[in-house]
Amino acid sequence: MMIKSRRSFLKVAGIAAIGMGAAPVMNLAASEPHGSAQPKTEKNEETLHAERWGMVINTSKLNEEVVEAIKEACHKSHNVPDFTIEPDAEKYSGTRPVRDGQEIKWIWDEHFHYAFPDKEDEFLAEKFHDLPFLVTCNHCKNPPCVQACPTQATFKREDGIVLMDYHRCIGCRFCMAACPYGSRNFNFRDPRPFIEETDPDFPTRTKGVVEKCNLCAERLAKGEQPHCVEASEGAIVVGDLEDPESEIRTLLAEHYTIRRKQSLGTEPSVYYIV
Amino acid sequence: MSKNMIMAGLVVFVLAVLSPFWFNLITSTQAAPKPELLGKAATVKKCVLDKYEMRAEHMYLLDVWRDSVVRDADRKYTGTNGETFNMSLSTGENSCLGCHEDKAKFCDSCHEYASVSPYCWECHTNPKEIK
Repeated sequence: MMIKSRRSFLKVAGIAAIGMGAAPVMNLAASEPHGSAQPKTEKNEETLHAERWGMVINTSKLNEEVVEAIKEACHKSHNVPDFTIEPDAEKYSGTRPVRDGQEIKWIWDEHFHYAFPDKEDEFLAEKFHDLPFLVTCNHCKNPPCVQACPTQATFKREDGIVLMDYHRCIGCRFCMAACPYGSRNFNFRDPRPFIEETDPDFPTRTKGVVEKCNLCAERLAKGEQPHCVEASEGAIVVGDLEDPESEIRTLLAEHYTIRRKQSLGTEPSVYYIV
Repeated sequence: MSKNMIMAGLVVFVLAVLSPFWFNLITSTQAAPKPELLGKAATVKKCVLDKYEMRAEHMYLLDVWRDSVVRDADRKYTGTNGETFNMSLSTGENSCLGCHEDKAKFCDSCHEYASVSPYCWECHTNPKEIK
């Protein structure tokens, strides 16, 4: 019979404990050579880069037709629902049409005095009363929506685009309350029945999430300009605000521009040449 | 008397404990459907990970892909096998559905069998279903 003293037992137990602690370290050291074959994620070669994306809208080049074309190009390609249409009775038999005026929009036209309430003058130049002003998400430098979002579904990407991760949106709508520009809309209903033609290149949204303009992040990744720029006949320019050589900075240097509700300190990245 | 009672009780107990086994013996069970490789997937035969890893880990992979695309704007994935993929469920040739053409036979058959209902397709669209 082996007689174990407390002393010898503690010794063995101590050595065993060290051994158990060492095992993970040894495993980690042993797994080091695998490092070279790790999978890798990277951007497409054709991706357009910017330090901070911004937009300049030349309002003198906008007219009703161009505005309509821009709205349509954006909304069609991003599967933005139109709640004024009657849903397809066969495909969505249980869906009733919407009569309460709810809407979802990524880019839309607005009167001057709604878009720029702080620039309302008593004797405002006549032309501003009927010029269509295109408004959209301003992709602010200090986005209040990002601060309000409790799940980080809304975030500011490295290149300044304020983006949404629809997977993570819980539909609390804090961002809608935080955004001073009304750039966000909520899907109170399943949007799918109200999309006339679904574009397979972009997902739809689901009931219960907020949505907004994404500055065509999916197109920039393919090296293409946003839909609004392409449809605008030169009225909209998107480029790098931090690059002094960029077209957008040249435009800003040559023209007097205004931004929406500048006094709030959100630093919008959408500039208007008036 | 008490001995018999105990024995009877034990028999009932053992039967009850083993119920999943004898239940499976007397009822017929369906084998899990295998995802069918059709079209491009059948000929190329090179997926992102190898077959067994893909079966077990595809949801984690998709999670990584989603964060990478949405948050970091990284859309290209080069796997350990050296192949490059477009990190997308359904857009483009080199995406999941770009290669695995039939969603019903590739995704749905297994998911239905396993009684999981991922909500991918509430937003993402199957290009085949639109047309």
